Amino acid sequence: MTPAFEAVALTRSYQLEGVSVEALRGVDLTVASGEFAAIIGPSGSGKSTLMHLLGCLDRPTSGTLRVGGVDVATLTDTELAELRNQTIGFVFQSFHLLARTSALDNVALPLVYRGVPRAERRTRARAALEAVGLAHRLAHRPAQMSGGEQQRVAIARALVGDPKVVLADEPTGNLDSRNGAEVMNLLQRLNADSGVAVILVTHEPEVAGRARRQIHVRDGVIELDTGSS
Amino acid sequence: MALEALRVNRLRSGLTMLGVIIGVAAVVVLVAIGTGAKNAIEQEIAGLGSNIILVVPGQLNFAAAPTQSRLDLTDVAYVRRVVGDESRVTVSVQSGETIRVGRDEAFVTVLGTDQFLPNIFDRPLRRGRYLTETDVDTRRRVVILGSEVAARLFGDVDPVGRQATISGVRFRVIGVYEKVGATFGVARDQEVHVPVTTAQRLIGVARINGIAVGASGPDEIEPLQRKVVDALVQRYPGEKFSAVTQTQLLGTIGTVLGMLTGVLAAIAGISLLVGGVGVSNIMLVSVRERTKEIGLRKALGARQRDILGQFLIEAVLLTTIGGVIGILLGVGGALLIAAVSPVPAAITWWSISLAFGVSVGVGVFFGVAPARRAGKLDPVVALRAE
Repeated sequence: MTPAFEAVALTRSYQLEGVSVEALRGVDLTVASGEFAAIIGPSGSGKSTLMHLLGCLDRPTSGTLRVGGVDVATLTDTELAELRNQTIGFVFQSFHLLARTSALDNVALPLVYRGVPRAERRTRARAALEAVGLAHRLAHRPAQMSGGEQQRVAIARALVGDPKVVLADEPTGNLDSRNGAEVMNLLQRLNADSGVAVILVTHEPEVAGRARRQIHVRDGVIELDTGSS
Repeated sequence: MALEALRVNRLRSGLTMLGVIIGVAAVVVLVAIGTGAKNAIEQEIAGLGSNIILVVPGQLNFAAAPTQSRLDLTDVAYVRRVVGDESRVTVSVQSGETIRVGRDEAFVTVLGTDQFLPNIFDRPLRRGRYLTETDVDTRRRVVILGSEVAARLFGDVDPVGRQATISGVRFRVIGVYEKVGATFGVARDQEVHVPVTTAQRLIGVARINGIAVGASGPDEIEPLQRKVVDALVQRYPGEKFSAVTQTQLLGTIGTVLGMLTGVLAAIAGISLLVGGVGVSNIMLVSVRERTKEIGLRKALGARQRDILGQFLIEAVLLTTIGGVIGILLGVGGALLIAAVSPVPAAITWWSISLAFGVSVGVGVFFGVAPARRAGKLDPVVALRAE
């Protein structure tokens, strides 16, 4: 089966005021479909950069990255956007919900860019919200919901398009421990039930411990990988 | 979605629209006034009668002082022979005089003319009769009153058959004209018409002011005009004579007023442009404010053109709504001006559709730069923005 991600000698450097800063210095990584992995490392380790590359929000400086078997270097920006839309769901630390939009419309947003008709978008968004246990919050706006609920809306949004992978960047970072645990339970359950690969990015060892595989990143390289793929 | 974004910043959207609203309303109002003025003047000219050629001595030039006339009644007879139909030529001698009836008096234009005037000019009678050949030949002291003169001196009484004194000479009223309105500020309802021969004696001149020729149809106007002028030049070598037709007057006035309308519209257009810059400015602010939202949308799969489209639609919606409000205000303003002031205002479809088109265009033109900026944002940078 085609792996979800396949990275070979991935590097990414930035130009900051004329100085080249290497955020990633040669990463080799394969993530199988349906995996539940955590990328863990201190801040500044390059884990966010790695997640941006895996999420096709950014392009590597060198090396090869294949997402679902497709080399991203061969894709145009538009094709990259379509790839994100089709195969990747994002969950962010600060939820990133549209403030003046209902939970239902927030969840339906990825389908807008896929050209799904409105009625079907709403049906699918409702189903996704039911799946995260928020059937009673369809018309609520983000400000009317708790942080845990907002993050569950974000998870529903990540899932609504049936992605291959969900990339979760510090999904519990803005939540108290009870809500954080609930969100982790949800991600775990989704991974188990629907077979969607989940990649967490976190600096908290206990959150990372919920994943089956831990990828430790430090100073732009993978220091330790508990996975055996 | 775009409407929602505009509603969120209601005050800001409103103020931004205001520039477009004022610009569009100004275009509609000013064009309406310009067109109204043009229509009114064209109607006045057309109201004179049809296919009229006015022959005057000297060179007709709006900037030149009027030339002293040297034409007299023998020249009128000469022109009649040239035209070949005496009933299609009439004459005018004018002077400002005081007309008195009992204790009422009025200062009027006394116009000396002859029995052929109604053949050429549109001057319907309300009562009485026109001048006759005998009136002219025998220098009868008879007068036809313009409608305002009649109303002023006689009120509700029928003036026909009554006496009126012009410059101390007694005249008998033989007719009253219908109201015809003004042409070029000449209040034709304040004229009185007397036989040309009587007028010459009253004023104490032998000259005449001008000759009017009626062409039999639009096609005859130009050749006839040339024929008459050539004949007069031949008779008085070295002198100049001019003939103007309604078409020429209409053409000249149309050009002048058209230019005026154009200038007014251009000035209004500048304010529309300024409104457009305002839209551009506010859209740039909006893009900056919503950087994070743009980043999120991109992460969720929005392509560059999706984001570009979103902001462009917002800008166009802003100017289009502004344009529609501006058109409504402009039409309302033009109707109000027409109702409460003597300035005529004609609302034309072309100015409305132009104003609408321009406001949409302004949205596209001034929305493209901010929308492109939004579309090109790097998703990683945009997502991190605070």
